[in-house]
Amino acid sequence: MPSDDKRWRIVETRMRRLGSRPDALIEVLHSAQEAFGFLDDDALRFVSDSLRVPPSKVFGVATFYHHFTLKPHGEHTCVVCTGTACYINGADEILSSIKAGLDVKPRETTADGKLSLLTARCLGACSLAPVATVDGAVEGRVSSSDLVAKLAGL
Amino acid sequence: MSTQLTPILTRFWDDPRSWTLATYEKHDGYKALKKAVTMPPADLVQMTKDSGMRGRGGAGFPTGMKWGFLPPPDGGPRYLVVNADESEPGTCKDTPLMMAAPQLLIEGVVITSFAIGCNHAFIYLRGEVVHVYRRLMRAVEEAYAAGYLGKNILGSGFDLEVTVLAGAGAYICGEETALLDSLEGRRGQPRLKPPFPAVAGLYARPTVVNNVESIASVPAILLHGASWFAGMGTEKSTGFGIFSLSGHVANPGQYEAPLGITLRELLEMAGGMRDPNHKLKFWTPGGSSTPMFTDAHLDVPLDFESVAAAGSMLGTRALQIFDDTVSVVRAVSRWTDFYAHESCGKCTPCREGTFWLKQIMERLEHGNGSQDDIDKLLDICDNILFRSFCALGDASTSCITSAVQYFREEFEAGMHTSAAEMFPPAASTLFAKETVSA
Repeated sequence: MPSDDKRWRIVETRMRRLGSRPDALIEVLHSAQEAFGFLDDDALRFVSDSLRVPPSKVFGVATFYHHFTLKPHGEHTCVVCTGTACYINGADEILSSIKAGLDVKPRETTADGKLSLLTARCLGACSLAPVATVDGAVEGRVSSSDLVAKLAGL
Repeated sequence: MSTQLTPILTRFWDDPRSWTLATYEKHDGYKALKKAVTMPPADLVQMTKDSGMRGRGGAGFPTGMKWGFLPPPDGGPRYLVVNADESEPGTCKDTPLMMAAPQLLIEGVVITSFAIGCNHAFIYLRGEVVHVYRRLMRAVEEAYAAGYLGKNILGSGFDLEVTVLAGAGAYICGEETALLDSLEGRRGQPRLKPPFPAVAGLYARPTVVNNVESIASVPAILLHGASWFAGMGTEKSTGFGIFSLSGHVANPGQYEAPLGITLRELLEMAGGMRDPNHKLKFWTPGGSSTPMFTDAHLDVPLDFESVAAAGSMLGTRALQIFDDTVSVVRAVSRWTDFYAHESCGKCTPCREGTFWLKQIMERLEHGNGSQDDIDKLLDICDNILFRSFCALGDASTSCITSAVQYFREEFEAGMHTSAAEMFPPAASTLFAKETVSA
C-alpha cells in the first residue's frame, strides 16, 4: 500500500472482494474515488499493480469516464444539470447566479475549498427541470436564488 | 380523447413505498415468475416473439427475435445484460421506473434469464444516478432474501446471480457493444459488428442486451398473454410504452400509453403548454438524437412506422417540447455541444465532425456566422451520417439537418444577430416567469 492511510485498506478490501480481476477496474476506481475524493497518481499506480492492468490502461479508463476526477474536490459538491430541458428552464442563469454569488465557475472549486461546482449533461430528471444536486441529493425545479442561498449556507 | 393511458409498468408508482418487495407482491408481483418456471423456456421466447414487442431502448428491434438469435446451449455461460445507461437528453423513463418499481425489473430479469438459459445477469447503470444504484442494490438484496434470486429459484432448479454495476458517466456506454466493453472494465468504445453480442458478447460469450423497459414489460406479457399485448398499439408497433414529456408543458412527467398515441393527445393529458400564450414551436419525438418535429406534426401517431414515415425516429419516446420563446439555433447548439463532448473518439468522422459542428453552431448562436456556414454544416453532417462507427455520429447530425430544414431563416439570422438577442432566454425560463407573476 502506498502509505499507512487507512483508506487504502478500504480500496484493497474492495479489490479482494472483486477477486482482483482486471475487469473490476471501473468498480475499484469508483471505490478509490469514494474513499479519497479524487484519483491521484498513487491511487492509479496502486490499482494498476494490484489488478495487473497496465498503468496506461488505468489512466485511459480514468480519463475516459467523466465521473472520475484526477483533481481534488471541495468539501461540498453541487452539480447543475445543463441538459436541454434544464437549459431552456434557466440552467444558464443558475450558473451565472452562482458565479455572481459565490465566485465559482463550473469545474472549479471555491478559494476556501468549500464548494466544487460541476455541470452534468443530463441527470435523467428532465421533468423536474431545472435540476441540480447538492452533495448527491437531487433538487428539482430549483430557483437560482434558493440554490445560491443554500450553497452559501453549507 | 380517443386514446387512453395504460398504466401497466406505472400502475403502482404512487403507492407508499412502491419500491419494496411487499408492495410489489400486493400488485401481482412475482406471479408471472411462478408461472414462467413451469413453462418450457422455448415457449417463453415464442411468447415474446408473438407479442411483437420491439425493444424500448430506441432502435426498436423485436425483443423476442433478439433472444432467438442466441446459438444453442454449448454448456458454457451465456449472459443477460440490462442496458440501464439511460443518458439520452430528454429521456427519463428507465430512471424513474427503477426508482419506483425496481422489483418489476428484477422479475423481468429472472424470467428473461430463465427463457434464454442464462445464470448470470448484469444490470449496467449510469454512474451519475447514485440514488437509483442504492435502491436497485437494496431491491436485489430483498429478492435474494425472498428466494427470487440465487440458487434453485422457487424450487425450479434454476440458478441466477444478478450483478448491478455502475458506469462512470459516458453517454456512449448506452451503445450495446460499448456497454459490454465498459462492463469488462475498459474504456466504453463500440465494437465492430459482426460478431453480434448474441454470438460473442460479454467475455466473448452469447449475450442478450435489452433495455430496462423491454425487460420490465415481460412479466405483464406473461400474465396477460401475448395477444393482450399485441392488441394494444398499432399493427407493427405493438403494446404500451412510457412517454417522457419535458420542456414547456404544464405537467411534465412520464405518461404510459399505447404506441400510436399522438402528441396532441399527450399534450392534452399533460395540461397543455406551460404558458398558453405561447405556441408549440418544435419538439423531439425521441430525444435529441431524432430529427425534430414542428407543430405540423402534432397528429403523427407515435409508433415506429408513422414517425419514420414523417421523417424522424420514435427512439426512446422522449418528447421535449419547446415553445416559441426558444431559439432553435441555441437548442441545437446545446445538443451539438453534448455530442462533441460525448463522442468517444474511436472513429474520425464523429470525433472530428462533431468538433467542427460545435464550432460552427457556436458562431451561429452568437451571431458571428459567415455566408457559407449553413452549407458547411450540412456538408459535415453528410460526411458523418452513415460513415461513423456507431449511431452516436448519425445522431449528432439529425438535429442539425432537421432544424435547417424547418427553420433555415433562424440559421441565416445567425450570420448577424445572436440567438440571445432574438429570443431572450429569460422569456422561456421557469423562475423568470414566476417572478413576473409574483
